[in-house]
Amino acid sequence: MSEATRSGRDWHSAIDKLRGSEIESIFLRLAVLFVVGLFLTIATDTFLTQTNLVNLLRQASLMFLLAAGLTLVLIVGGIDLSVGANLALSACLTAGVYKATNSVPLAIATGLATGAAIGFVNSLLVAFLKLPPFLATFATLWVCQGLAFFYMSGSVIYGFPPEMRALGSGFWLGIPVPVILMTIILIFLTVFLRRSTIGHELYAIGSNATAARLSGIPVRRRLILVYVLSGLTAGFAGIVYLARVNSADAGVGEPLLLPVIAVVLIGGASLYGGRGSAIGTLSGALILTAVLNGMNLLAIDSNLQPMAAGLVVLLALALEAVSKKHQRKK
Amino acid sequence: MGNLAERLDPDGGGRVNADVSLQGVRPAQVSPAPCVLSVKGICKTYPGVQALQNVDLDLHAGEVHAIMGENGAGKSSLIKAIVGAITCDSGEIRVDGTPVSINTPADAQTLGIAAIHQELSLVPHLSIAQNVFLGREPMTGVPFMVDHRKMADDAAAILHDIGLDCDVGAKADSLKVAHQQVVEIAKALSQNARVLILDEPTASLSDREADALFAMIDRLRAKGTAIVYISHRMNEIGRLADRITVLRDGKRVLSATPSEISTDEIIVAMVGRPVAQPSKEGRADRPVGDAVLELEDVWTGTGLAGITMSIRAGEIVGLAGLVGSGRTEVARAIFGVDPVLAGRIDWMGAPLTGDTPERVKSGIALVPEDRKEQGLCLEQTISQNLLHASFWKVFPKRLFRPSRARSISRDSIAKLRVATPHGEKRVGLLSGGNQQKTVIGKWLNADARLFIFDEPTRGIDIGAKAEIVDLMIALVERGNSVLMISSELPELVGCCDRVYVLREGEVAGELADADLTEDAILRLAMHHD
Repeated sequence: MSEATRSGRDWHSAIDKLRGSEIESIFLRLAVLFVVGLFLTIATDTFLTQTNLVNLLRQASLMFLLAAGLTLVLIVGGIDLSVGANLALSACLTAGVYKATNSVPLAIATGLATGAAIGFVNSLLVAFLKLPPFLATFATLWVCQGLAFFYMSGSVIYGFPPEMRALGSGFWLGIPVPVILMTIILIFLTVFLRRSTIGHELYAIGSNATAARLSGIPVRRRLILVYVLSGLTAGFAGIVYLARVNSADAGVGEPLLLPVIAVVLIGGASLYGGRGSAIGTLSGALILTAVLNGMNLLAIDSNLQPMAAGLVVLLALALEAVSKKHQRKK
Repeated sequence: MGNLAERLDPDGGGRVNADVSLQGVRPAQVSPAPCVLSVKGICKTYPGVQALQNVDLDLHAGEVHAIMGENGAGKSSLIKAIVGAITCDSGEIRVDGTPVSINTPADAQTLGIAAIHQELSLVPHLSIAQNVFLGREPMTGVPFMVDHRKMADDAAAILHDIGLDCDVGAKADSLKVAHQQVVEIAKALSQNARVLILDEPTASLSDREADALFAMIDRLRAKGTAIVYISHRMNEIGRLADRITVLRDGKRVLSATPSEISTDEIIVAMVGRPVAQPSKEGRADRPVGDAVLELEDVWTGTGLAGITMSIRAGEIVGLAGLVGSGRTEVARAIFGVDPVLAGRIDWMGAPLTGDTPERVKSGIALVPEDRKEQGLCLEQTISQNLLHASFWKVFPKRLFRPSRARSISRDSIAKLRVATPHGEKRVGLLSGGNQQKTVIGKWLNADARLFIFDEPTRGIDIGAKAEIVDLMIALVERGNSVLMISSELPELVGCCDRVYVLREGEVAGELADADLTEDAILRLAMHHD
């Protein structure tokens, strides 16, 4: 065999390996993001300005914080509908504790603990009672939402100290703090999924939970971890949200739930499990935010925004289906 | 190779009731019956694969025509062509001597051709009668009003004709798989099917249910239905077939009556080379060590009622028994899937406790019966699957190193001779044999000492079967132990040093050396002393 044909074959085999892989789907998403960005740069004067980009990144980072844990849940083949309500309850309790104690650390700890506790309840329902994740988290969604409304009884808590507000609206080295937080979580999550064996176990569980269990992967413990992390990131997102808008009210979670699921789906995670990545979810957050931001800049009726989000989700799913079909044929 | 039912009752007196009429209806070897369906020179090419090359097939009324071949030999393509699921590139299909074109399944149905696939397609929440007449319900004359009484009576009559008496008003999912199959056949017959294609119909049936199916096939044959029968099981072919056609690589390589040809010749035709049955002859004597696994009076909630057995190092121990005798449940108890309610399991001299992950770490491996549902993540790559049982072992610090993963994958693929260009291929695209090798490779990477194989060669080509058996022997030669659950008696007798026969959750007997024969296993399993 000549050297030339051999390298040719290696090249083909490399392409073969790449096709349908995580890398391919991420390139696809970055390309979509680039096209959206390019279009808006040409179509508007304001898209490619520092103010707008900072604003866009800040919005995307909040979405990403909320979606980060949800990505893990989708990788193991579950769903967490309670993230929006979790964010609302965590934000309200954080605000309440701060007003009662004037202690920022205590308030933040409360928010994180609330989020994690809700996640833990979800994990028990899913891993031990074996409830379908959709039903279990559907119930906790209403429980959390109800608790938040009861706790706030229609009022809004506002006015927080600068050191707390910095989490949402501050800058560090000229970069918005939420964007820094997003980057940290992105790196942490990517390393966790790619370079820890636990990450690889999560993909196996999502791909076939029975086979994973019969391979000796501790499925229950991993499910608990995943739902707790999902709750924890939701709680954290609640704190950042509170810090950004400088107020807490019980109704902030509901409008976030469907967009955050959209973000994860646009990011390439599958409701059937086994797929998804941190960078994918980030690209999902950026794509959705850029589209909505662009609609604002183009002065398109904001009532059309949900429809636009729906179309973006459909587009992402259709691209996925086409690439999968192509892969099957081979 | 005699069939199971015959061997169960050597005197020939009290065989399963349904079979009584068997000898009477079996037609003489060469039947002058008219040719119902005739396939001439059909070809089908998929990108890169010639699935069918000039295949001929003649099907006569009142004949069971067995089609055999390894996976990928072209059996399913041929069937799909006949029922109109694919369109052929060239060739001709005649029904009753008239050329026809079958482009859709509806065309085939009109011509009286029906196929019963392995995956049954009843609507679970509809009644049996509704399923039989789905889409063709008898009407009362009032628009949209179904004549339920007529439908029930007709369904009951058709089912009675082929030997199933049941409440036709019951939901389809209340039936056992075997009976659901009968309902599917009734559905085909109610559409006046004259050609019935059965694709591996006994795959999920117990021996007794299979016997009832054979009796029904005999009755259909006596009525003049032409039957295409696809199966991997040689003894069924001997029991049923009037004619055998063997396909290999999309070509017809053999067509003969069972009397003209031996089992060995069929196997050679299928594989293209002679394949040795597993046999202990010529195998080096292995040193057998101490007992590594001991079960003492083990009871579980899944039906084990006092199982006592032991497995020594360097030994292949077989676990035989009918479906439902508790074979798989023993494996699940050892593997920590089902809790042990009473009794003890000792592993390496110490009580075996903890959950499945801990047992995996202590060196126990399970190669499950259903590798697609329980053994593999089909959407993931070979490399990924090869690591699923050994993350704890390969990466003790939980830090995943892609380079290490790649080298392990390369080694395993080479060692097990998995047929794939690289480890990044999805496992779901592999053949049964290569999938099974991937499962075994997964456990080799976990350094398992005891390998529990549940039906290790089910759904695997004959050629790959021999390779799997060789792998098992290689395992014990290195001092590991194998517990092998199998329904294939020749395989048990050929591979195992000892066999425990289970019956209703108890050990009915233990066989070794000269006592270990297929007859002895069957007697113990069926309680024929």
